[in-house]
Amino acid sequence: MKDMAPTRPVPRAINWNRVEDEKDLEIWNRLTVNFWLPEKMPLSNDIQSWSQLTEEEQTLTIRVFTGLTLLDTIQNTVGAPVLMADAITPHEEAVLSNIAFMEAVHARSYSSVFSTLCRTDEVDEAFRWSSENPHLQAKSQLILGEYDATATPLKKKVASVFLESFLFYSGFYLPMHWSSRARLTNTADLIRLIIRDEAVHGYYIGYKFQRGMARLSEGERQEIKDFAFSLLFDLYEIESRYTQELYDPLGLTEDVKQFLHYNANKALQNLGFEALFPDDVCRVNPAILAALSPNSDENHDFFSGSGSSYVIGKAVATEDEDWNF
Amino acid sequence: MQIVYFSSASGNTHRFVERLALPAARLPRGEAPGVPFVLICPTYSDHTGAGAVPKPVIHLLNRPESRALLRGVIGAGNRNFGETFALAARIIARKCNVPLLYRFELAGTETDIARVRAGLQHLEDMPCSMPA
Repeated sequence: MKDMAPTRPVPRAINWNRVEDEKDLEIWNRLTVNFWLPEKMPLSNDIQSWSQLTEEEQTLTIRVFTGLTLLDTIQNTVGAPVLMADAITPHEEAVLSNIAFMEAVHARSYSSVFSTLCRTDEVDEAFRWSSENPHLQAKSQLILGEYDATATPLKKKVASVFLESFLFYSGFYLPMHWSSRARLTNTADLIRLIIRDEAVHGYYIGYKFQRGMARLSEGERQEIKDFAFSLLFDLYEIESRYTQELYDPLGLTEDVKQFLHYNANKALQNLGFEALFPDDVCRVNPAILAALSPNSDENHDFFSGSGSSYVIGKAVATEDEDWNF
Repeated sequence: MQIVYFSSASGNTHRFVERLALPAARLPRGEAPGVPFVLICPTYSDHTGAGAVPKPVIHLLNRPESRALLRGVIGAGNRNFGETFALAARIIARKCNVPLLYRFELAGTETDIARVRAGLQHLEDMPCSMPA
């Protein structure tokens, strides 16, 4: 067999003690510490809450979750693997392999929700719906088109950040909405773990994008930026129609759109770009913001005018050991 | 008001500070200013909250002379990290007994910039009453 050619070059064995980009190690550590599995979540505590939703609300929830499953499946099987091929450092490749696997965990976790709360025929119907819904299919095709293109690695990263940091949110809105009304709170806890992971993914891929942009000429950077904003416009058009179809019956479409604008801006910031949507169309329902980061608002901040009177305290002496968190 | 801030290579906090257009020193290279300052600090913790405060910020606040000049802290973060959103600023506020002045996400919005500018101006104008 020795004379079989051509042979693939042997990769360098990865040395984590010689890291070229500190971010790779930082993100590897973060992702591995954050590792979780849906089996650990007490989803069955939501059975009673599920039974209190109307049939329409149940159908909507299952459909939204099949839509999210599709995006996770794409990112698991196509998105993260194509980015691996573009990795600059072996450590980046390893981080992306973690991202790929966690996307599989996310996709799998929706099925845990289904098997706990729903009837098989309802779930089968929803998966059929997801494979036929024109908006869901259109946004998937747009993203896959960029992944498959022989375009520059940077354009693939743009598509990936838009999937991670923008496209998920028309779906994530619903469990946060239920959670704000004390419905499906254990399912919401699971979704928050997914949201947390996707935030790290969008941040990391966006960071690698910025590193790549820094090596380009001004003209090349402008071309990539134009591409990014144009892709976001196209995806936003589809997301608007998807949102209307799903949320019009519950009267939530306008509320969801504010959330979409807010997340589109955050996706652009992950890429190092400025916001697209002005603040007056990013007024996310405070109940949704509170559902995203529960218990983080115990101290009100001063500049928002919600805090107590301002007193400069006496600084206490601290030692290095005090700061070992 | 003088700003001292930390921003990692992803640059979100740096972009926020650039838009503020106020005198600012970036850690770790920036020197402690020797005048009263406000710290702007992002969070890098895992879900347990470990490692939330960046090391260069810890080094700054370990010096009593820097700590004595700290007037307040502004937190950067991402609500998607749930309970640990802007955790570093909350820890610093508690530990150094200074007010948590404001929190924003990623590189901030226009509203965030306007509020922080106005708030810092207000802070500057206020008579500073150090408790005995």
